[in-house]
Amino acid sequence: MKSETLHKLLDARRAHKPVTLITDLETGESWVNSSDDESAEPQASYPADVGEAARRARAQGRALIIEKEENAYFLNPYLPPLRLIVVGAVHIAQPLCRMAMLSGYEVAIIDPRTAFATTARFPDVDMITEWPGEALRALRPDCRTAVVTLTHDPKLDEPALDAALRSNAFYVGALGSRKTHAARLNRLAAEGHEDAALQKISGPVGLDIGAKSPAEIALSILAEMTLFLRDGKAPRK
Amino acid sequence: MNAHGDDILQQAFTWQAGGQGVALATVIKTWGSAPRPAGAQLAVNESGAFVGSVSGGCIESEVVERALDIITSGGAQLCEFGISNARAWEVGLACGGAIKIYIERVD
Repeated sequence: MKSETLHKLLDARRAHKPVTLITDLETGESWVNSSDDESAEPQASYPADVGEAARRARAQGRALIIEKEENAYFLNPYLPPLRLIVVGAVHIAQPLCRMAMLSGYEVAIIDPRTAFATTARFPDVDMITEWPGEALRALRPDCRTAVVTLTHDPKLDEPALDAALRSNAFYVGALGSRKTHAARLNRLAAEGHEDAALQKISGPVGLDIGAKSPAEIALSILAEMTLFLRDGKAPRK
Repeated sequence: MNAHGDDILQQAFTWQAGGQGVALATVIKTWGSAPRPAGAQLAVNESGAFVGSVSGGCIESEVVERALDIITSGGAQLCEFGISNARAWEVGLACGGAIKIYIERVD
């Protein structure tokens, strides 16, 4: 691999842009393919169907090999980093942020209450002290983003949930008891969210593993995020 | 604290920028039960330090050795590992799977 290719992969990652690395396994040549290439003039460097397969590899997030008569191409997708946006710089958020970072997430915390949102409590985390609704919209959650609300204060959580439901976030979780959650869903429905959209919110948040401590609750949330990410499905509650 | 899968590429970049020879090993294909999927990567520098993984620790030392050869010789190499390997007891996969790995130098 040429070092320019390595630089292109790292640049794409920083720009949150999905790309596929195409490697000709016979010649060792490689190219970085992105959606920009679809509108551009076709390049003679690799066959058109390999370009098409590169797009598929990105969409499915899965590497694949294309075997031709003469040679074989390996297509490896490099997807934008996973992101976790937490609303509420509360105790559970502390272990959750650390665990999520270990699992490969970039983490941001939104909490306008500056007593909670301190860098001493959350070293190495992007701290946003704006109002949650606007702050979340500004972060543009995509299909590689999970949103978790932890304040269980409707005036902080719900503007964020409202914005999260209008985004492509792959996971939306909200802390709160069944009763709190039912009341929350009623208020969000009154704001115009359909039932199908509301079912996207995982509440009470996390897998039921009998978690008690903040770290255990964080673990149950991260486990549920993983289930949604890898399986695309919600557990029964 | 920042531990992305792509730290492997970042580390490869950092090593190279520091003037070290670097090779990348990538899982190309797996058969049966294999611990890491296609696309998983391992970066190796000329001193034999490595980050990432291509298996559950079964064949990394062999891959690092081959990567060191490739850092010296240049080019790339396709290698297969599996239970049929003659040195199975040493570098085979305990899980009974088989994997194909592409090792290339970063030039």
